[in-house]
Amino acid sequence: MKGHRKPLAVLALLFAVAVLTPHTTPFVLLLVTRILILAILAMSLDLLLGFTGIASLGHAAFLGLGAYMTAILAVRYNFGLGWGFPLVILFGSLLGAATAALFGLFALRARGVYFLMITLALSQCVWGLAYRWDSLTGGDNGLNLPGRPVLGVIRLGNDTAFFYLVFACFAVSLLALYLFVQSPFGKSLVGIREHEVRMRILGYNTWLHKYIVFVVSGAFGGLAGVLWAHVSSEVSPDDVTLATSVDVLLMVVLGGPGTLFGGVVGAAIVVFLREYLSTLVPWWQYVLGGAYVLAILYLPDGVLSIFRQRPPPLAAGPVSAEALTPSPGPGDELKINQGGIE
Amino acid sequence: MTNKWFRAVGLSVIVAASLWVPQALADELRIGFLAPATGSLAQIATDMTNGFRMYLDDHKGDFHGAKITFIVGDTEAKPAVAVLQAEKLIKQNHVNMLIGGVLASTGYALAPVSTREKTVYISSIPASDNLTQRDADKYPYFVRTGWTSSQPSHPFGEWACKHGYKKVVTIAADYAFGYEVVGGFQKTFEACGGKIIQKMWPPINTVDYSPYISSIKADADTVFILPVGAGTLQLPQQLMEAGIIPKMHLIGCGTSFDEFILPHMGDEVIGAISPLQWSAALQTPKAVAFVKEYRAKFGKVPSYFSESNYTTAMIIDAVMQETHGKWPGGEQFIKLLTALKVEAPRGPISFDDMRNPVQNIYIRQVEKKQMDGYPNAELWNVVIQTYPQVSQFWTFNEAEYLKEPSYTRDYPPCKYCE
Amino acid sequence: MDARFWLLQLFNGVSYGALLFLLGSGLSLIFGVMRIVNLAHGTFFLLAGYVGLAVISGTGSWWLAIPAAALAIALLGVAMERLFLRPLGSEPLRQVLLTFGFVLLIQQATLDIWGGSNFEINPPAALMHSLVLGGLYLPLYRIFIIAVAAAIGVLLSLVLDRTRAGAVVRATVDDAQMARGVGIDTSRVSMLTFGLGALLAGLGGVIGGAFLGIYPGLDFEILPLAFAVVIIGGMGSLAGAAIGAIVVGLADNFGKVLFPQASYFTLYAPLVLLLAIRPTGLFGRE
Repeated sequence: MKGHRKPLAVLALLFAVAVLTPHTTPFVLLLVTRILILAILAMSLDLLLGFTGIASLGHAAFLGLGAYMTAILAVRYNFGLGWGFPLVILFGSLLGAATAALFGLFALRARGVYFLMITLALSQCVWGLAYRWDSLTGGDNGLNLPGRPVLGVIRLGNDTAFFYLVFACFAVSLLALYLFVQSPFGKSLVGIREHEVRMRILGYNTWLHKYIVFVVSGAFGGLAGVLWAHVSSEVSPDDVTLATSVDVLLMVVLGGPGTLFGGVVGAAIVVFLREYLSTLVPWWQYVLGGAYVLAILYLPDGVLSIFRQRPPPLAAGPVSAEALTPSPGPGDELKINQGGIE
Repeated sequence: MTNKWFRAVGLSVIVAASLWVPQALADELRIGFLAPATGSLAQIATDMTNGFRMYLDDHKGDFHGAKITFIVGDTEAKPAVAVLQAEKLIKQNHVNMLIGGVLASTGYALAPVSTREKTVYISSIPASDNLTQRDADKYPYFVRTGWTSSQPSHPFGEWACKHGYKKVVTIAADYAFGYEVVGGFQKTFEACGGKIIQKMWPPINTVDYSPYISSIKADADTVFILPVGAGTLQLPQQLMEAGIIPKMHLIGCGTSFDEFILPHMGDEVIGAISPLQWSAALQTPKAVAFVKEYRAKFGKVPSYFSESNYTTAMIIDAVMQETHGKWPGGEQFIKLLTALKVEAPRGPISFDDMRNPVQNIYIRQVEKKQMDGYPNAELWNVVIQTYPQVSQFWTFNEAEYLKEPSYTRDYPPCKYCE
Repeated sequence: MDARFWLLQLFNGVSYGALLFLLGSGLSLIFGVMRIVNLAHGTFFLLAGYVGLAVISGTGSWWLAIPAAALAIALLGVAMERLFLRPLGSEPLRQVLLTFGFVLLIQQATLDIWGGSNFEINPPAALMHSLVLGGLYLPLYRIFIIAVAAAIGVLLSLVLDRTRAGAVVRATVDDAQMARGVGIDTSRVSMLTFGLGALLAGLGGVIGGAFLGIYPGLDFEILPLAFAVVIIGGMGSLAGAAIGAIVVGLADNFGKVLFPQASYFTLYAPLVLLLAIRPTGLFGRE
């Protein structure tokens, strides 16, 4: 009963958004479309940060890879602008997953802040390629897509049609991720987040768990990238910068890490503050910065914690000091590590 | 529970209220202006807006009956942001036209938006050649009041060769604008007998040019520079520190020494020669008056960014004069605009059949002198030669020219590079 | 491409590295002591440039501007740590994100105060010449940067190795809990270290102002390079920062000359490999 209230509220909200948004102004429709795409990215990061307790500063790489792949296929090979589009969505997700599979081999050797740094370096590699490999990526100019796909009678150039496509992808992603985190595998992630050493003692292969999460997270990031390319019909290296990675991280933290839906809330807050406030007042960035600072100081579990009926399962908060301090390596289970024993 | 409901309702009311935007009134002209107010090009954005605003203020916001609503959007010099801002201006603010942008990448990103949304886009700055050449058909709502990248380069190449420059090394920003400026120069310079012996392409916003400067071939007699963004001040300075200038001649794109940055430069640029359709040192009565008024108002000399947008306002006003203040719709507006002939501060302007201006190109040399009406000796782009009424196709046959490939990093090929 | 060419590239790379050392050493120390990544580090660098400009236009003295700007940033750092980071002492990730909130605030403030133009700090004319050595033009200003960075590096390592304060810092870096156990006030050490890190970044910023210019956006352009320095050298190690800085300076320089199409990739890919082999960097702790 109590447990069903939250999913019902979420469903109701989603239904409202789906039905009402096309009837607001065309600009709001555009903004909400962007929010939904960024929400997919944020939720995929939440898998890492909120559920598994590993913080990544390189998530923009997956967005960028999905977006650039879509753009390159459309511009240089004329592919994906018709019935090939669903294939592009699939390819984008696969590319994200494959890249995460590759990156994960390097990144997961590190822990804590070192993981943060290595994910940053990886996404900078992607950025560097996007920026300087002119012949493929258009370099600084970026790539302009010839228009959104047309699938029979469905013209995605129509903003409302595109919105519904994005909404559908978002809904599917949300459902998939929800099922993923509710599954036994997903629950074991929380165990890893809280005390990895204990999980290992219990016999879990924590490295493999983290690796799988990383790959899944990459897949959804790539998916978001494919949709992102078509939002403005252009991609540029700015989509893959450090600033974008930090933005996504902030969305997750603002909304509420470990809640999945928090990513959506965070994305909505950031986009509306940035795009809406900037038209009303010139000092909007103070508001944005101030909101971040205040939220991080006083709303540690994000905006969604306001609506929480009971305190989160572990008083230390979903993201503890362990997320950043390197845990001991294998064979060190019995050593007292910093911050591990409060 | 009721508390939450009240909060939700209250929030929705506020959100709804902030979403409502008044529709355009009759006899009103809503102009969306895009400039990179944040980032390394912020000074340029200020110049652009000041130029346009000066004309607006001089005419009290009224263009022959049309009341002007002027809305500025910040592109942050990023194409993605520019597109979002453009869509906001069109969908939220219901503008009749978009003006501005700076980098070629912004121009290329905004032109498709103009076609998609059937909204006029006047490019007062982005100079990417193909938007009014090989791609002109794709963008029927796109018109230029500025220039194409290669427009001044064509006469300049000829000029340089005729004045004894023989072996040139180019250091130009690695994107479309750089390729086209250098490409245009190379075409006419080499046709006349000159040689480009080395081409280097640092990224936009490079500030440390030492890797490039130290690679300059020793047998060159001239360096052609086109820094864009953060390093515009640094490049001439670093060339001097490395002893390259004044040993070699310094020439470049007009924007390298344009008045938006010239007051901040030092003696290292004295003698630098560049081509552009504007100079603040132009001695025609209209130019002198414009410079004087701008300087009195904003405390600095107008750059080409200022003049281009001032003249854009003048051109829009001229169209409004013909329609008696009523917005004639996008297609008709462009038709009327391209049929105009105006006397701008930069000189006489008309438009060719691809919606690009035909205008004077001035060869300018940086000199330190005390100009009439101003107390101190300062750096000015003194005009040393004028090429009247140059079109984007120079003296080439338009159809033949369009058949040739666009200027890129590798075209024209560097025949004399090793 | 003769020997002179390579020597010049070497010189340029090392001088760029010197600047990066000032920036990276602060970041490294902050991490070593506080275990957080200061995302505002590039912003400190940039702000110092602006403050330096203000000092120069106020007093006309470039020599004064350097310590003045560095101190101003140090004070800002100390204030930030005391007021905002300290309450979050046990949650490093939130501290990291908090530093980003400050980036936004400071970015807007500098835009409001100084506008968006590109500025440059002009060093005194004496330093604007070049030393000509065997046909090589070596700008004096770059030599100055190398000298300052070297001096600071030596000073810092002396303080860390030979003084009591240095021992306290090293103890905190090695094991904060033990340090507290022997009576060291680690929160004070954190505060002073953050201030020191800010000071170093500020020093780099005002000196680099003549070299790189001062403009909105520089902070986020230079930040990944600072990270690269710290990644290679390992966090918490001064020697590591020095080596990391030189490596990054050289890699950046040579990358641009030899592989312009892949220049950023050639910088970050080796980083990834290094981290994969030695996740804590060359000289990192733990």
